[in-house]
Amino acid sequence: MFPELNNLLNTTPERAEQGKLTLLCDAKTDGSFLVHHFLSFYLKANCKVCFVALVQSFSHYNIVGQKLGVSLTTARERGQLVFFEGLKSSVDVFFQAQEEPHPLQFLRETSAGDLRPLYEFVQEALKPVDSGEVTWRCPVLLVDDLSVLLSLGVGAVSVLDFVQYCRAAVCWNQKGNMVVLVHDSGDSEDEDNDILLNGVSHQSHLILRAEGLATGFCRDVHGQLTILWRKLLQPTTQRERSLTYQYKIQDKTVSFFARGMSPAVL
Amino acid sequence: MLDSLLALGGLVLLRDTVEWEGRSLLKALIKKSALCGKQVHILGCEVSEEEFREGFDSDINCRLIYHDFFRDPLNWSKNVKAFPGGPLEVLRALSKRTPPSSVTIVLDSLSWLLLHLPCTTLCQTLHALSQQDSHSDDNSPVKKVHVLGLLHEELHGPGPVGALCSLAQTEVTLSGMLGQMSAHILLRKPQQRPTHQTRWFSILPDFSLNLQQVPAQESHPDPPITQVDPTTHLTFNLRLSKKEREAKDSLTLPFQFSSEKQQALLHPGPGQATSHIFYEPDAYDDLDQEDPDDDLDI
Repeated sequence: MFPELNNLLNTTPERAEQGKLTLLCDAKTDGSFLVHHFLSFYLKANCKVCFVALVQSFSHYNIVGQKLGVSLTTARERGQLVFFEGLKSSVDVFFQAQEEPHPLQFLRETSAGDLRPLYEFVQEALKPVDSGEVTWRCPVLLVDDLSVLLSLGVGAVSVLDFVQYCRAAVCWNQKGNMVVLVHDSGDSEDEDNDILLNGVSHQSHLILRAEGLATGFCRDVHGQLTILWRKLLQPTTQRERSLTYQYKIQDKTVSFFARGMSPAVL
Repeated sequence: MLDSLLALGGLVLLRDTVEWEGRSLLKALIKKSALCGKQVHILGCEVSEEEFREGFDSDINCRLIYHDFFRDPLNWSKNVKAFPGGPLEVLRALSKRTPPSSVTIVLDSLSWLLLHLPCTTLCQTLHALSQQDSHSDDNSPVKKVHVLGLLHEELHGPGPVGALCSLAQTEVTLSGMLGQMSAHILLRKPQQRPTHQTRWFSILPDFSLNLQQVPAQESHPDPPITQVDPTTHLTFNLRLSKKEREAKDSLTLPFQFSSEKQQALLHPGPGQATSHIFYEPDAYDDLDQEDPDDDLDI
């Protein structure tokens, strides 16, 4: 969790909003630091987290999580974190006979299938249980990332349906939150990815867009982050609808500064 | 502005973008037609009923009938009451059941429908909806059923968007500048030329519109650039007068070698033969006695 980003978003783990969909989007840069931020943020906020990780292994997220002060192993043992490791599970789809549909069942189907098994997995993982043990604050679904599903052969509309169903189950029904990452390929030829990105953008409440600098790589400024609040209906809050900052990723934190105001430049 | 949007009836198409979302303007239009005493049927595919009803008064809320396609549009979970014929069947049923003048149909959103249904089917259904007036008796003034459709235009190619636009009587394209929303309105009145207008506004929390002036940047456009003749203040002439041209032609340039020049060089005149060079060294001049070309082996 990066405190500076919390300040920009005007939130803390203690008073996290509920029922919101946050879209993380990266263009010409790696936006995974945002995923790590939200993972550690919601674990610290004592939320029940279902993390659909399709890009990296558990140990990768665990190592980064430890730098940010959360232990994914402990969270998983406590039942706070349900970690879906796409890299491992995808192999199981092929080599293990299974009675019930696997979350990544679409990999076995010849025609482009829907993501209903994955949705049912998420729903099962975040189902409220009355076990009398520790109670978690609200359920949170994190997906890293949705663009991978397109690469695996799922259609953009199917992914949008999956997002909508998760939104209905997690954000609306259980008053939880969702955070999803979508790459912006910046390629107008990639129509599916454009439909996915714009479709999720239209569904989301908050969009964080990390972009590489137009001028190319820089040692002291790693990119710029645009924050766009959608569905703001209170003109009383004199908050800008959209803010842009530049950032530098350090070992354990990320520092944000106004455009052109990097300490290295001044 | 809302009155003019609802005046024509038929399909009102709201085209919004990620940055300038149109659902609040859609809600403003719903409020307006509910206040006119109409019943509003909403085909909700993108937001939950609670989120949609948020912000409306109770007397407006009781005029809204929400057909919920948000929770389970594809019938994945079997426990919720499903609509067997899908959203279009609901639309057709609506159009048969109710007299067209008393009802407004809201499609939230057309984008969802376009992504899940063939474009032609959707256009035919919309066309059938707005053609209802032909069945009413001829003495009453022709009234069309109001259909408000929200379209996220980035999600579709030019083809489907064009097809829907051609069906629409009123087209509103949302954009904005400097944090202020603007709507470009295209009205297609029957047997008249379509009219274009642009309005700047903000939407208050109670879904009433606050019309605003054009933002400062646009109200003071750059002063028209007067065409300055670049040849007016030159330090040289571009053309020669006749006299100047003659003078130029008669001039002999220094590098031109003529026979007079040659003669002058071969037979130096008397002035040149008698000329001498006088050299008087300075008092402190350090005269070097050595031959400067001594090291050259000549």
